[in-house]
Amino acid sequence: MDEVGVSPVPGLVALVLVTVATLAIGTWGLRLSRTTSDFFVASRSVRPGLNAYAISGEYISGASFLGVAGLVLVFGAEMLWYPVGWTAGYLVLLCLVAAPLRRSGAYTLPDFAEARLGSRAVRRASAALVVAVGWLYLLPQFSGAGVALAAATGMPTWSGGLIVAVVVVLNVLAGGMRSVTFVQAFQFWLKLTALLVPLVFLVLVWLGDGATSPATIDAGGITGKVWADPIDSIGDHPLYSTYSLMVATFLGTMGLPHVVVRFYTNPDGRAARQTTLAVLALLGCFYVLPPVYGALGRIYAPDLIASGSSDSVVLMLPVRMIGGIGSDLLLALLTAGAFAAFLATSSGLTVAVAGVITQDITSRRFEGITAFRISAVVAVVVPLLLSLLTRDTAVATVVGLAFAMAAATFCPLLVLGIWWRGLTDLGALAGLLVGGVLTGAAVIDNLLVDRSGGWFAALVAQPAAWAVPLAFLTMVVVSRATPSRVPVHTTRFLVRLHTPETVSLDRD
Amino acid sequence: MTDERARVRVTSPWTERPRALPRRTATSEIDAQSEVGEIYLRTLLRAQLRAALAVLGMLVLTIGMLPLIFWLTPQLTQWQLFGMPVSWGVLGFGCYPVLVLLAWRYVRVAERNERAFARVVERS
Repeated sequence: MDEVGVSPVPGLVALVLVTVATLAIGTWGLRLSRTTSDFFVASRSVRPGLNAYAISGEYISGASFLGVAGLVLVFGAEMLWYPVGWTAGYLVLLCLVAAPLRRSGAYTLPDFAEARLGSRAVRRASAALVVAVGWLYLLPQFSGAGVALAAATGMPTWSGGLIVAVVVVLNVLAGGMRSVTFVQAFQFWLKLTALLVPLVFLVLVWLGDGATSPATIDAGGITGKVWADPIDSIGDHPLYSTYSLMVATFLGTMGLPHVVVRFYTNPDGRAARQTTLAVLALLGCFYVLPPVYGALGRIYAPDLIASGSSDSVVLMLPVRMIGGIGSDLLLALLTAGAFAAFLATSSGLTVAVAGVITQDITSRRFEGITAFRISAVVAVVVPLLLSLLTRDTAVATVVGLAFAMAAATFCPLLVLGIWWRGLTDLGALAGLLVGGVLTGAAVIDNLLVDRSGGWFAALVAQPAAWAVPLAFLTMVVVSRATPSRVPVHTTRFLVRLHTPETVSLDRD
Repeated sequence: MTDERARVRVTSPWTERPRALPRRTATSEIDAQSEVGEIYLRTLLRAQLRAALAVLGMLVLTIGMLPLIFWLTPQLTQWQLFGMPVSWGVLGFGCYPVLVLLAWRYVRVAERNERAFARVVERS
């Protein structure tokens, strides 16, 4: 991959700098984190501004930083639905979930399920799903980091994921959530700068070259016209696939474990809303950038499509378009941003998954912080091993499936739990089971079987459009059939979720 | 005119504190899960749900309609703006301001609902 003369030095320097900075900020945070509460939720005292940077920093994963540009390079405008959906998910979360979820006073999704429905069984089902979604999301982070670092530095592919895993574990072990908050706020700025600064130079070069429209170029077996079309036929049923992707991303965001955990660090429900609004603005600024890389790649690096390394287009463009010492510096910056992207998302997911493992498994044998540290190691090692064992999968595909699974399980649980008094423990359990099994089957089918075309392939590749309504329907129908099981404290709990903190209620 | 009805004497009660019943505040009604409390809660829930659904409805009518619009009018891809197809500009750049605007609108309405609720509850 380094036939175009990519020197490993800038990439390696960037790698070391980001690692040192991350660990330094993490250690600085350690002095502030003293109690178990600091570890888990930063003692619920993070300001909306800082929290918004941290949430955005955590949310912008390797799939966003590198994957979107790669997908746009290969498939074109239809891949723009991904970043739009990832941002719109926060609008849905804001409207339906943000403030009530914070006011519920629960820390994880299983906590919420148990507090709302008073059922250990629903708690256990939610915990299992958090771990499943979390690992499904961690897996592509590790394999993606491997691909990216191999492209930038020439290191073997397996080493990238391993480095990310080690840094994440060290960082989480050192400081927990508080230090992760600072680290992720820092990483948001790093990622934004790393993508914005090189882009300015690249666009100037493009304008100097006569500003050829990428839509006029035929490459990778796709004509410019098809490439520029936002609804076009890579699959057989593009309209269905697009809408199903929208359902998955719009409704799945609220069910991602690392996103939900962050909301408990807000001081109150109002701050949770302000934070979400700020996150939307920050994500909007960021997601404008990656597609431009993909479009420029169409002109300057079309050969990456044939060689199957389209995910590295962001890293390769400075070398192709500028060259010399300038391109080395820009490459270092981009590598730093990409590495930060993998680190940030992996840290957040690790904290979330480890939180659930701690509460439901390890805290029975060990106490407080020790239990959390053991869980953190487990939370990282399993997906790391999976990423080393399974074949390479496109980062965005697996991430998309994680969204679909979250949308088909936690979205109905949260939305009905917050807005509908009739939800019962059996209804929730049945809905989680239906959503989890259907999307889980789709995930396994996608990872193992290569289907070519037809309605069935489209339905399995994008399961959200049918799995989410089925999960909702199951929850409602089973709850309606078991009205005697509506928890007695339901009204009291809903009052707590929806009443502003300024009103003094009995909030035991 | 027969006098079957007993005479009723109307006087003012000679109690010291005629209204010594425990004062019932709105928050205690809500805490006690009384019917009045139910009404308070239902009012707030409805208002907040209406605010949420209004904004989500706008989301469906704007960005949610885009795939259909692109599907029905392929010309959008042929028209160019600064060297890029119009559909590209809409999807890659135009969606985000709309999302932020909708979010800002929701936060405003939701906070207004909560302030109104707090006023009602604290006055009664």
